[in-house]
Amino acid sequence: MKTSAFMDFVRKFYVYIVLFIMYAPILLLIVFSFTDTKLVGSWNGFSLRLYLSLARNREIVTAAINTFVVAFSSAAVSTVLGTLGAIGIFYSGRRSKAVMEGIGQIPIMNAEIVTALSLTILFVFFGIRFNFLTLLVGHVVLTIPFVVLSVRPKLVQMDPNIYEAALDLGATPNKALMRVIMPEVLPGVFSGFILSVTLSLDDYIITAFTRDTAYQTLSTYVYGVTSKKGALPPSLRALTTVITLLALVVLLIANRRGKSAAKKPRHK
Amino acid sequence: MQKNKSLHFQRKYLSIPYMVFMVLFVVVPLMLIIAYAVTDKTGMPSAENLISFFSDSNNINTLIISLFIGLGNTALCLLVGYPAAYFLAKKNLGFTMATVLLFVMPMWINFVLRTAATRDLLFWLGLNGGDHPYITTMIGMVYNYLPFTILPLYTTMIKMDQSQIEASYDLGATPAQTFLKIILPMTMPGIVSAATMVFMPTMSSYVISDVMGERKISLIGNSIQLYFDQGLWHMGSLVALIMLVMIVIGSFATRNIKTEDDARGGLW
Amino acid sequence: MKDNKNIIIELKNVSKHYDQTYAVENFDLYVKKGEFITFLGPSGCGKTTTLRMIAGFEMPTSGEILLNGEDITGLPPYQRPVNTVFQRYALFPHLDVYDNIAFGLKLKRINDGGKMRKLTTKEISEKVRSALKIVDLEEYEDRDIATLSGGQQQRIAIARAIVNEPEILLLDEPLGALDLKMRKEMQLELKEMHKKLGITFIYVTHDQEEALTLSDTIVVMKDGMIQQIGSPEGIYNEPANAFVADFIGKSNIYSGTVIDRLKVRFLGHVFDALDDFEINEKVDVVVRPEDVKLVPPGEGMLDGRLIDKIFKGIHYEYTLMVGRSEVIIQDTRNLDVNCEAGIIIEPDGIHIMKKELTANIYDDAYIDKNNNVVISDFAFPCDVTKLVPGSALDGEGYVIGPDGTVYDFTDADVKATVGLTDIEIMDNIDEGGAWGNVVGIIYKGDHYMLTVRTPQDEDFTLDTEYTYDAGDRVGLKIAPESIGLALKGEAKKYAKK
Repeated sequence: MKTSAFMDFVRKFYVYIVLFIMYAPILLLIVFSFTDTKLVGSWNGFSLRLYLSLARNREIVTAAINTFVVAFSSAAVSTVLGTLGAIGIFYSGRRSKAVMEGIGQIPIMNAEIVTALSLTILFVFFGIRFNFLTLLVGHVVLTIPFVVLSVRPKLVQMDPNIYEAALDLGATPNKALMRVIMPEVLPGVFSGFILSVTLSLDDYIITAFTRDTAYQTLSTYVYGVTSKKGALPPSLRALTTVITLLALVVLLIANRRGKSAAKKPRHK
Repeated sequence: MQKNKSLHFQRKYLSIPYMVFMVLFVVVPLMLIIAYAVTDKTGMPSAENLISFFSDSNNINTLIISLFIGLGNTALCLLVGYPAAYFLAKKNLGFTMATVLLFVMPMWINFVLRTAATRDLLFWLGLNGGDHPYITTMIGMVYNYLPFTILPLYTTMIKMDQSQIEASYDLGATPAQTFLKIILPMTMPGIVSAATMVFMPTMSSYVISDVMGERKISLIGNSIQLYFDQGLWHMGSLVALIMLVMIVIGSFATRNIKTEDDARGGLW
Repeated sequence: MKDNKNIIIELKNVSKHYDQTYAVENFDLYVKKGEFITFLGPSGCGKTTTLRMIAGFEMPTSGEILLNGEDITGLPPYQRPVNTVFQRYALFPHLDVYDNIAFGLKLKRINDGGKMRKLTTKEISEKVRSALKIVDLEEYEDRDIATLSGGQQQRIAIARAIVNEPEILLLDEPLGALDLKMRKEMQLELKEMHKKLGITFIYVTHDQEEALTLSDTIVVMKDGMIQQIGSPEGIYNEPANAFVADFIGKSNIYSGTVIDRLKVRFLGHVFDALDDFEINEKVDVVVRPEDVKLVPPGEGMLDGRLIDKIFKGIHYEYTLMVGRSEVIIQDTRNLDVNCEAGIIIEPDGIHIMKKELTANIYDDAYIDKNNNVVISDFAFPCDVTKLVPGSALDGEGYVIGPDGTVYDFTDADVKATVGLTDIEIMDNIDEGGAWGNVVGIIYKGDHYMLTVRTPQDEDFTLDTEYTYDAGDRVGLKIAPESIGLALKGEAKKYAKK
């Protein structure tokens, strides 16, 4: 089957070419983070000066730190609320389940800007000043449905009797929840958390609407600079390299996690 | 008696914090949007917003352009993403979850930064957003929304039963017939999910058009953002309500197709 | 017979319903210490619900459950000295074999000289090891659950339950997921285990052979109600009704008539019988295939034609046609078929039982405005003049009484009666006046008695010659004239002024 092997090569090639094109802008930034020029495209010899200036650029470093603080704190809140929510919804009656799942769909179906504006109006209406908490709420709204959606399949796949089996063996409902249901949904909780971080890091619109204007994240900083025809500040190239490395590490860990179900004897 | 009853109610109460949060920050804000859209500044019910919005031809233009860019981007993303997802899900090509995650990873680098990088790349290649705002905007859109297309498609396709495709060949169908009559209908849920995750956000994402098209293109998102900047909550709400209506119509039109819920959270 | 000291668990008038439908109805049962008791019945008969109420996963809607004489109806499962082996094992996938078995032990607190304390690691490990020994899986403690075969998982599930030394072990179709050979092996082992442990086993199954093999006592259930309680021999030899006879073992079931003291007529012949019934009573007659003796034609009580023979290993199963009725016969001899043969049925091989149902009776039917009778949300055309003797219909659909009174029976509550042979069954569900799913089939020699359940959970029982399978969706048609109608309340209530 010569043709089929050839076709398989074409198919693989297609996937890799799409990936390459998607990564091209990022690769460009990474390559030109190792030279010291104002614009990408002109190589001016290898240099780590951009990394030095990145480290000295207070504004960018603060924005980067802020971005990660928002991402991880909102992901944490979303993961806790969303996991409990998913379990609660799963064990609710048919009607209340449908209502709760319907409400959970709203932020997903809704255009992000509508969600953002609706939150703004809520805060304006109740006279709440925009601060870190309003931003946090915005990001939790953005990410919490995805936690619920990540946890739910694990509940569906779970043997429905194991909770009862735990009660049967003497566990109180709380113990059964912690010792039997939680370990079962943990992979879903973990993916929900990572997904929340990802979505939060990627966000601009919700951030722009719900933040205190003095609070800069990477997205608001970059938008502020570039939307007015300005080129990217060169130190951002260095930052891109750093974040890409970070993401690669997370990807590797996430990938490992699935494979390394270590089997060491525990009861010798 | 009491004791046992509490046992059966225990787990569903876990969703209470989640539901309180969702009602406060999703349902109530939506109500406010609707309320603001149909009232004037004094809080009296009025059609003033509606009339002033539609009597401005600029707004009509914005709506039409948004619609076309939204549809165009959805079509392009499906065109590029469908084969990619199909090949990723094909078992004999040896792609792993890690390859799929590679499509998501760029999200760790905020999309404003990525979009700016794309602009710089195109500029380097000689494509200037100031001269060709529509071309650069479309490229930016596809870059940004391709992962959202590939993920739901991939999740549907990985679940597809290979033997049904083999059965189709066995019964004498050509590859083209098999694609049209078997593969396409079976992957419909993924297509619908992908389309809903691309279409509405595209129309509302003013950031990409601002950065890529150098502010020469105005989308619905720009209108909302403009009203937001000026503190015109009632007008902003009206535009948001128009988008909400479109979402409701869209989900009503596709209500018979089971969408790929898991696709949105099932990854990782 | 009932010795209170010996009774470990007792269910008193226990009922369970969900919304309007009964899962279990008026369940009365006591179980003796050390007994192996089996709840046997088709799916949906309420056997699992009953077990779950004993385990504490479900609360009875009414009635009470006593354990050693104490009311435990409201006690949660984790406070009951009862452990369950689940149908699909319900092992904890994130724990290995050891931790699965130790799960209950680690939660347990024991009274040690007046002080409550947890079990020590050493105590737990000893108990786990002895439990593994009982199920024959020593050396498996470090294994992951996913690496075990179905049979091994089943053993671990049993070990996990018995390690807690429960007073009662509940087993919910524990062998259902195993293949036939494995199942047979496990049956023997379970029986052995029951003997060794000396505790009470309550076992749920739909497999009559399994029930007969394992149990001391069998409780046969159908539609949430107990049909019969007895020893395996008792239930096999003296079934209480046609359902039990049909469900347990193979049987020939016929409609018969008692024509004299200890004489019953069926298959067109009068047989001597041992059961005494009222003369002229319509009865169901059950004859086990092994109780029919094949003899040369003319030498038996009646003759028929042998039409079929199937080799079953230790015997042959013959089919004899007597008129239009089939008689299934077991015989060890290899005889020719397609010839005449006679049969003999001794009186002790004939089991007579009360006919369960001679007509369908619907107490909550009503008449709609088109003069249809509505049964279970289905409207059937009927003859409303039956409601008033000697009446007739006028042109507008009102009933005119013999005295000239005009009646409007719209929304009148009536009792409708339909005979078993008056319901016509059809494949096309749109053709008849009603439809439903076949839920029960009993072969009666020359016809089947089917029970068809409508979406509103009303049953239509009917006789038919055609073959259907359980779960088939069928249409039902009833001729207007064969629906018996009786008004609830006085007719004059509906008189038009």
